[in-house]
Amino acid sequence: MNALHAANPALTIDGALFELLTHLGDNSLILGQRLSAWCGHGPALEEDIALANVALDLIGQTQLWLELAGDVEGQGRSADALAYHRDAFDFRNAHLVEQPNGDFGQTLMRQFLFDAWHLPLLLALTKSPDNRIADIAEKISKEVRYHLERSSDLVIRLGDGSEESHRRMQRALDALMPHAYELLQITDGDALLISEGVIGDITSVTAQWEEQVNSVLALATLSRPNSPAAPGGGRRGRHTEHLGYLLADLQFLQRAYPDATW
Amino acid sequence: MYAQMVKTDSTGVKSIDDMSEQEAAFQARIDRDEKIEPKEWMPDNYRKTLIRQISQHAHSEIVGQLPEGNWISRAPTLERKAILLAKVQDEAGHGLYLYCAAETLGISRDEMFDQLHSGKAKYSSIFNYPTLTWADIGAVGWLVDGAAIMNQVPLQRTSYGPYARAMVRICKEESFHQRQGFHIMMKMAKGTAAQKRMAQDALNRFWGPSLMMFGPSDKNSVHSAQSMAWKIKMNTNDELRQKFVDQTVPQAEYLGLTVPDDTLAWNEEKQGYDFADPDWDEFHAVLAGNGPCNKERLGARVTAWEDGKWFREGLLAHSKKRAAIASDAA
Repeated sequence: MNALHAANPALTIDGALFELLTHLGDNSLILGQRLSAWCGHGPALEEDIALANVALDLIGQTQLWLELAGDVEGQGRSADALAYHRDAFDFRNAHLVEQPNGDFGQTLMRQFLFDAWHLPLLLALTKSPDNRIADIAEKISKEVRYHLERSSDLVIRLGDGSEESHRRMQRALDALMPHAYELLQITDGDALLISEGVIGDITSVTAQWEEQVNSVLALATLSRPNSPAAPGGGRRGRHTEHLGYLLADLQFLQRAYPDATW
Repeated sequence: MYAQMVKTDSTGVKSIDDMSEQEAAFQARIDRDEKIEPKEWMPDNYRKTLIRQISQHAHSEIVGQLPEGNWISRAPTLERKAILLAKVQDEAGHGLYLYCAAETLGISRDEMFDQLHSGKAKYSSIFNYPTLTWADIGAVGWLVDGAAIMNQVPLQRTSYGPYARAMVRICKEESFHQRQGFHIMMKMAKGTAAQKRMAQDALNRFWGPSLMMFGPSDKNSVHSAQSMAWKIKMNTNDELRQKFVDQTVPQAEYLGLTVPDDTLAWNEEKQGYDFADPDWDEFHAVLAGNGPCNKERLGARVTAWEDGKWFREGLLAHSKKRAAIASDAA
C-alpha cells in the first residue's frame, strides 16, 4: 500500500481506472458532439469535411474507451449505456470540451488546446503495462496526430492572417486558455495507476503541452494570457451549465423511449 | 437525383438539318456513346445546361446535409451517430466532386455559391421538408436516396466525362446510404408501437415529396427532349418515377407500413403499380420558395458562408504573407 492509498483509502485500482477511462471517453464524446454541430455549417466545404472527420474519429474513440470502462466496471454497462444513461454529475470530461462552439475560431482554438494535450497523453498511454489501454492509445494516437497537425496549422494561419482573424483567434485564446489547465491535472487516481504499473507515466504531458502551445502561439503571433486556471472540476463530476443542455440533446431518444432498440 | 426542371434554353430537339457541321459531328459523337471532355468543343447550350444541372445537383448535396444534420446530435446510439455523421460528410464530399466537375465547364465555385445564395440557382425540392423524428432519417435514406439512385445510376453513362466519373463514385456511396436508411426503417417498423408510429408518420410525409423528386410529368416537362438527345438526361421523369414506385411498394409491405395512396394498385397489364400523382401545386410552391423549410435551408447556407468570410479571408491573408516572404527571400 502506498501513500496515496493511505491518503484516500476508498481509492481502488479499478475505481481509478474506470474514472480515467470515462474521462477519456467523455472528453471524446462531448467534443465530438460539439464538433458535429458544424456539419453542414462550416465556412468552406473542405473544412466542413475535415471537421466532420475529426468528429467521427472522436465518436469512434468514445466507443473504445467507454466499452473498456464498462468492462473494468464489471456491471454490464455498454459504451452506449454509459454515453446515454448517465447524468451530468457522472460525466468526467474536462470543462474545455463542453464550452460552446462560438465562432469557427473558438472551435479551432478549443480543438488545438485539446489536441496539444491529447496527443502526448495518448503517446504516454501507449506505454501502459495494461495492453487494453496501450492498444487503444496506439490506434487512436495516429488519428490524433493528424488532429493536432491540422489544428496547429489553422491556429498559426489564422493568428498570423488578417487583422480580423488575428483578433478573433486572440479572443478565442483569452476565453479558452483558463479552461485548458484542467486537462493537465494528475489526480490521485492517475498517480495510483502509474505507481501500480497500470498505465504509462503521464506526468510529462504538461511539459509537452506547454512546448507545443507556446511554439504554435508564437508562430501565430498570439499572446498567451496570464489569466489563472478556471475552477474546473470535471473529473469530480462538477460541470458548467452547458453540459446539461448538451446531454439533453444527446440523450433525448434513449431517455424518451427507454424500451426501444435502434 | 437532385436535378429537377433543368432548363435547356430550348423547347425541342434541334433537328439534324438545323445543326451546323460542328454540331452535327458533336451529336454523332454522343450517339456513338463517346465521352465529351472539358477541353473539347461543345455547343454553348450543352455547356450551359450541364452547368445548371451539375451545379443544381451539387447545391442539392450541400443543402441536403441540413435535414439529416438536424439529427446528428440526437442520434440514438454511438454507432448510429457515427454512421449518420459519415453519411452527411459524404454528401459534402459529393458536393465537392460535383462543383469540381462543373468547374471544368468554366464556372467557379464562388460563382455557383453566389447563384445558390441569391436564389438564382435551385436545389432539389425534397430538402425543403423538415426531419421531425428519428424515423425521418430512415425515410430520407430509404426513399430520398432511393429516388436519387434511380436517376444517378443511368447518369454514370452520361455524355460528359467528368460528370459521369463523379457519378460513379457517388453511386457507390449512395447505395450504402440507402441500405443504412432502410435498416433504420426496419428497426423502427419492427420496434415498439411508438417507433412504428414514427415510421408510418415518416412514410406519410415523405412519400409525396419523394415522388416529386423526379420532376413534373413528361407531358409537362418541356426541357427533357434536348437533354435526352445530349445524353445528360437518360430516362424520362415518368419512367423513373414508375421504377421507383415499383421498387419501393414491396419494401413498404415488407416493413409492414402503408403507402399513403388509396389508389395504389398492381396493374397486371403494365406489370407495374398504378399510383396517384403527388400534389403538383405543392411542388411548384416549394420550387418557388414557399416550402416548409426553404427559408431555413437557404438561410443556413447563407449564414455559413457569411460567417465564414473572415476565416477564408484570414487564410488568404496568411498565404499572401508567406508568398511575400518567399519572394523576398528569393
